[in-house]
Amino acid sequence: MKRSKISGIYAAFVLAFLYAPIAILIIYSFNSVKGYSWQGFSLKWYKELFSNELIIESFRNTLIVAFVASVLATILGILAALGVYSMKNKMAKGLIKNVTNLPILNPEIVTGISLMLLFSAMRMRGGWATLIIAHITFCVPSVFLSILPKLRQINVSLYEAAMDLGCSPAKAFQKVVIPEIMPGIVTGFLMALTYSIDDFVISFFTAGDVQTLSITIYSMVKKRVSPEINALSTILFAVVLAVLLVTNIRAIRREKEIERKRAARR
Amino acid sequence: MKFKKILLLILSASLLLCSAVFPAQASETEEYSYDMEYYSKLKDKNVTIYVYNWGEYISDGSDGSVDVVKEFEKLTGINVEYTTFDSNESLYAKLKSGSASYDVIIPSDYMVSRLAEEGMLHKLDYSNIPNFEKYVDDEFKNPEYDSSNEYSVPYMWGTVGIIYNTKYVDDEDVTGWDLLWNEKYSGKILMFDNSRDAFAIALKKLGYSMNTTNEQEIKEAAEELSKQGDVVQAYVMDMIFDKMVEENAYIAPYYAGDYLTMADENENLAFFIPDEGTNLFTDAMCIPATSENKEAAEMFINFMCEPVISAANCDMIWYSTPISAAKPLMDEELASSDIAYPDDEVLSNTERFKHLSSETNQLMDDLWISIVRTNELTLSFWVVLFIICVGVLILVFRNMYIRQKRAQARMKY
Repeated sequence: MKRSKISGIYAAFVLAFLYAPIAILIIYSFNSVKGYSWQGFSLKWYKELFSNELIIESFRNTLIVAFVASVLATILGILAALGVYSMKNKMAKGLIKNVTNLPILNPEIVTGISLMLLFSAMRMRGGWATLIIAHITFCVPSVFLSILPKLRQINVSLYEAAMDLGCSPAKAFQKVVIPEIMPGIVTGFLMALTYSIDDFVISFFTAGDVQTLSITIYSMVKKRVSPEINALSTILFAVVLAVLLVTNIRAIRREKEIERKRAARR
Repeated sequence: MKFKKILLLILSASLLLCSAVFPAQASETEEYSYDMEYYSKLKDKNVTIYVYNWGEYISDGSDGSVDVVKEFEKLTGINVEYTTFDSNESLYAKLKSGSASYDVIIPSDYMVSRLAEEGMLHKLDYSNIPNFEKYVDDEFKNPEYDSSNEYSVPYMWGTVGIIYNTKYVDDEDVTGWDLLWNEKYSGKILMFDNSRDAFAIALKKLGYSMNTTNEQEIKEAAEELSKQGDVVQAYVMDMIFDKMVEENAYIAPYYAGDYLTMADENENLAFFIPDEGTNLFTDAMCIPATSENKEAAEMFINFMCEPVISAANCDMIWYSTPISAAKPLMDEELASSDIAYPDDEVLSNTERFKHLSSETNQLMDDLWISIVRTNELTLSFWVVLFIICVGVLILVFRNMYIRQKRAQARMKY
């Protein structure tokens, strides 16, 4: 009894720490004035947001970079994971696995500056290309590391069975391996997407004249971060929440469906 | 049914009203006559210019104001890629690294002279910027940072002063920069989170020049700043707005234009410029040497000097314009404010930042980091240490508890 009370309080604290900042942000996105004194409800900042070209454009840039980089990183990550998985040389395998950990452990600022130096040594002008390459660089490991364990779980006999039943290796790969590692691919892709949208430090050094949302927000530091940013964050949060709810509800429904079928069979 | 009809009527009426109101606001600039011959020179040539400005430092169309960039695009057919930076130093780093190329940049005075010195700016062709001769006030021509305006056209200017809350700060304490050291208001004082501005204040307080290269003087200033650490609540930049308006803090140094923004939200706030003198800054428009569209860039600079555009920018950011012709076109209160436009007596007692040698900059930065660290880290250090200790204790107790349980369980068998 007492124990559950304590764990309840603890859970409440954790939730408060996680969600109170977001709640405050959402509340102030409806404030009618700049700053953090409540002056009444208004949708002003939402209206302004859509007419603020700088914010909208940098948000668009962020999304483009995130999608392109994480799709490419996912493809690269799948290939890398497959290659490493089927490597015979154990030493080399271990070495490569550890090397892919490096970009994750490396402080972002080091990655950012070294990429900037590399690009300028290669005489590449900063822009879309450098920004996307930089994002792919730090997105690949997350995809790679989420696919590799899934590969290890695959039952090799399944793949062999598919071949016995007349599949070509490519077909067997498509029919057996891909569906088996799909959860890993999806997690990796989503991780890459979030990392990329989140990133400030590496973008700051490699973006050239492309401006992402995080850079726009940072440049407001001498003045005041505009409440339009609160409005945008609220919309983002709402979208993510909606997607989560929909997928969860679907999963629950599917489970129920399966259970019903099972019950019917009995 | 009837209700629906009425609702429809109201809706359409309000729509009509909206469309009637908004063009009326926009036409304010439309009535203004631009030199169409000049501005249509590059039309249909599909030119794109890259403009790099401070964040939140232009009229961007919010609240029915003029969207300056869009207006320029409409007028000239030139496409503008507008992006923003946070400090002179990051602007410099970006230009120096060569990772991006811009056509118009807006650095502050000392950065203009540094960039010019290092050959990173184009010389301006004033036959393409007629508005400079026509509108820019004489006292802003030929400034010390760019002695014959070879490289720059001023955009905005302002002073640094102390903002204080009259509700909490007694008048007799408002004497000079030492207000920022006053122990009476310990914990309610904010300070610049920026070495150059912070050292300028300390140096002025000691009666030295803010551009001193004398190591002894700089060290003395550092001594002052670390003494100030005891009374300072936090080293901040943009947070000053909220903290002052919310009365979380009572005293803070900041830029005059931003004081006006704050005072608009909290009428208890007052602003004063200490007699010891202060910093006068100008942010000026320049064209980097890497620019390939110099003519279009000059057109943009010229456009920013149109009084109606300058007035729109002032109405948005509340800084002071070097173009007097803009004053009748802007908010009256702002145009007549003696904080935005202080008299000559105050202005004569100001000093501009000069570009310092890299050794002096390095010295200031090093000293500054150690000041902020010792003042801010001490608290966070103890907090972190406390949390770690608590964590370790909890772990130890938990382990003991588990062991005890196990022992009890074993006893049972």
